[in-house]
Amino acid sequence: MYKYDPIDQQIVNERVAQYRDQVRRYITGELSEDEFRPLRLQNGLYIQRHAPMLRIAVPYGLLASRQLRKLAEITKKYDRGYGHFSTRQNMQLNWPKLEDTPDILAELATVQMHSIQTSGNCIRNITTDQFAGIAPDEIIDPRAIAEIMRQWSTFHPEFALLPRKFKIAVSGTEKDRAIVQAHDIGLEFYKDDQGQMAIKVWVGGGLGRTPILGSVIREHLEWQHVLSYCEAIIRVYNIHGRRDNIFKARIKILVKALGIEEFKRQVEEEWAHTKNGPLTITQTELDRVAQYFEPMPYETLPAHDASFDAAVASNPAFAAWVKRCVHGHRVPGYRAVTLSLKPHGKAPGDITSEQMHVVADLADAYSFGELRSSHEQNVILADVKLSDLYAVWEKARAAGLATPNIGLLTDIICCPGGDFCSLANAKSIPIAEAIQIQFDDLDYLYEIGEIELNISGCMNACGHHHVGHIGILGVDKDGSEWYQVTIGGKQGKDASIGTVIGPSFSAEEMPSVVQKLIEVFIRERYADERFIDTVRRLGVAPFKAHVYAEQKQGAVA
Amino acid sequence: MSNLIRLNADGVAEIVEDQWLRVIPPAAAEETVRKQAGKVVMFKLTGETAYTPEQIANTVIPATGNILVPLPVWQVRKDELQARLAAGEVGIILATHESVEALQAEFPDLNALPLIAVFVERFADGRIFTLGNWLRTRFGYKNELRAIGDVLRDQLFFHKRSGFNSFLVRADRSAQEAIASLNDFSQPYQGAVNDVPVWRRVNRT
Repeated sequence: MYKYDPIDQQIVNERVAQYRDQVRRYITGELSEDEFRPLRLQNGLYIQRHAPMLRIAVPYGLLASRQLRKLAEITKKYDRGYGHFSTRQNMQLNWPKLEDTPDILAELATVQMHSIQTSGNCIRNITTDQFAGIAPDEIIDPRAIAEIMRQWSTFHPEFALLPRKFKIAVSGTEKDRAIVQAHDIGLEFYKDDQGQMAIKVWVGGGLGRTPILGSVIREHLEWQHVLSYCEAIIRVYNIHGRRDNIFKARIKILVKALGIEEFKRQVEEEWAHTKNGPLTITQTELDRVAQYFEPMPYETLPAHDASFDAAVASNPAFAAWVKRCVHGHRVPGYRAVTLSLKPHGKAPGDITSEQMHVVADLADAYSFGELRSSHEQNVILADVKLSDLYAVWEKARAAGLATPNIGLLTDIICCPGGDFCSLANAKSIPIAEAIQIQFDDLDYLYEIGEIELNISGCMNACGHHHVGHIGILGVDKDGSEWYQVTIGGKQGKDASIGTVIGPSFSAEEMPSVVQKLIEVFIRERYADERFIDTVRRLGVAPFKAHVYAEQKQGAVA
Repeated sequence: MSNLIRLNADGVAEIVEDQWLRVIPPAAAEETVRKQAGKVVMFKLTGETAYTPEQIANTVIPATGNILVPLPVWQVRKDELQARLAAGEVGIILATHESVEALQAEFPDLNALPLIAVFVERFADGRIFTLGNWLRTRFGYKNELRAIGDVLRDQLFFHKRSGFNSFLVRADRSAQEAIASLNDFSQPYQGAVNDVPVWRRVNRT
């Protein structure tokens, strides 16, 4: 993974000093609440229900074991002994004290970490596929460009105060796992006719209050121009994006208002002034950064391992875990492993300090000392030998990190919700927990098969509910918490936004609502059809009819 | 005590006396009229108020000295200011919702102006940075470029990198203290106005 040189280190050190002084000025009253807000937000600090929340950047989801150990130490020392992986691959601390945050950042800086631009109206952490570099379906490893873009966007002077937040995702695989179409800019890497790395550029996607999938603004962009082209896009947005209404301020609203053709015309006109200028990325710079993302020093291994095969054959629990939590790898004899942060009845994405130490040890022992976080809020060991899988499983299981539910109903994506977040309209974690308890039967989960259930506590959609096969959105009605249900959303290259099935439900009703959706699916599915395919084939009607059937009878009676 | 910071020829920040008098139209008599416009313009201007013809007519312009004139006032009253422009006594204020194209329509050679000030009403309005960038790069403006309005120390570093070389810090804040923030970062990553990306600036290999 990328390692800081003295220039990178100096920037994060100078940031700590700058932020420390900003906090001092805020505490002494030199900075007003309004003046401090964008400053603290651009350092990932929210003021929340119980305490500030600090969001720590995990650039494109890549972590070294020593970084995770530092996070374990920080969560123990400054928080309540756990952290939360967010849907943008970052780590959030729920209970730090404002006056401790400069010290936390100083500690992070010692392991080449920071919380720069993890919030605020600026370019945020760039996200990607958690299997980047090792996925069998990968065409281009986008991480070197992602790192170049991280540096370019860090304290970008012109884009420090955009109309609204700005999220960029990159992906270079057959099957998009980074939801590039749901980002302000999505960069899809591919090899062009000449065999050169090229980029298909999507713009104006986003979830939140107005879910829209992005439009293609450019089919073919040479990688050398990615910075100047993104600058042209963001410059047009910075000038023309709305600043009078926070709900209409995202780039998607501008793209929709102008139409993609007019927006593209303006971007290309702007780009004509800067294309081929100093922002053009040189081969030297790409090579310098790319060296940090070279393949690991893999051993030459056979494609099969007898001890592994024997363990799968003789141990059903291990076999179940392999089926759900172990993924293909481009190098023979290696696999990627997802450590589930979704044990039934616990807050999705939470990881304790002790678990962090376990994961760091596992990474050191079995996966070249690195790990990744996913937007599904799990942790990944990317490079495990087949022959080591059993040992990894045993240790992960002992630490509660081996729930074999990846890709199943209980692998719920969930925002912190009303328990922690001051933006939320409703709680989300207790809903996730109740659903996990309702479906706490692995055989039944396997029968249901692959399904994605996403929960957001408000329309800001941090839980990506719009693209969940089942999406749950917390809403506020007359001061009480209700839940609106959508079905048919999907991430990936055939992404879609879910459809609302009808009036919302109370928290208590939610497990049985999900139960009923599943009942219709089990009744109607063809063979091994996935939930999403059944919904796409039948539409919302039969699901709606079953979910609301009893209510209607009740109304009649 | 002046609150104006200016970079000298060597790029060193100094606190200097302000030689310019800002011309401010009187408050609107009635409810301000929101600019009406079509789709594209609407998104540019929504929420911004424009000066009424009455306000512009009633704007008091000092008879002598260097004056900083809002672009809409110049557009209507330029005839009475031509001689002073020729004498180098006129600078123009561009608000963040106004366009550089409109300014250039008035001054085909922007370097005829000794001073352009960009007025930012709320510090969080980042349009000021793009305007600075455009004026310096695409429009080739070389003279003094000043940030005025809600100008606070935590944005100065960005103003500077966006091409501004003078900064009128908000009256209730200390320019003396703010000056330190112009050097918050010693080796920034990205290119900016008059600067190339770090990997073109230094050898990182």
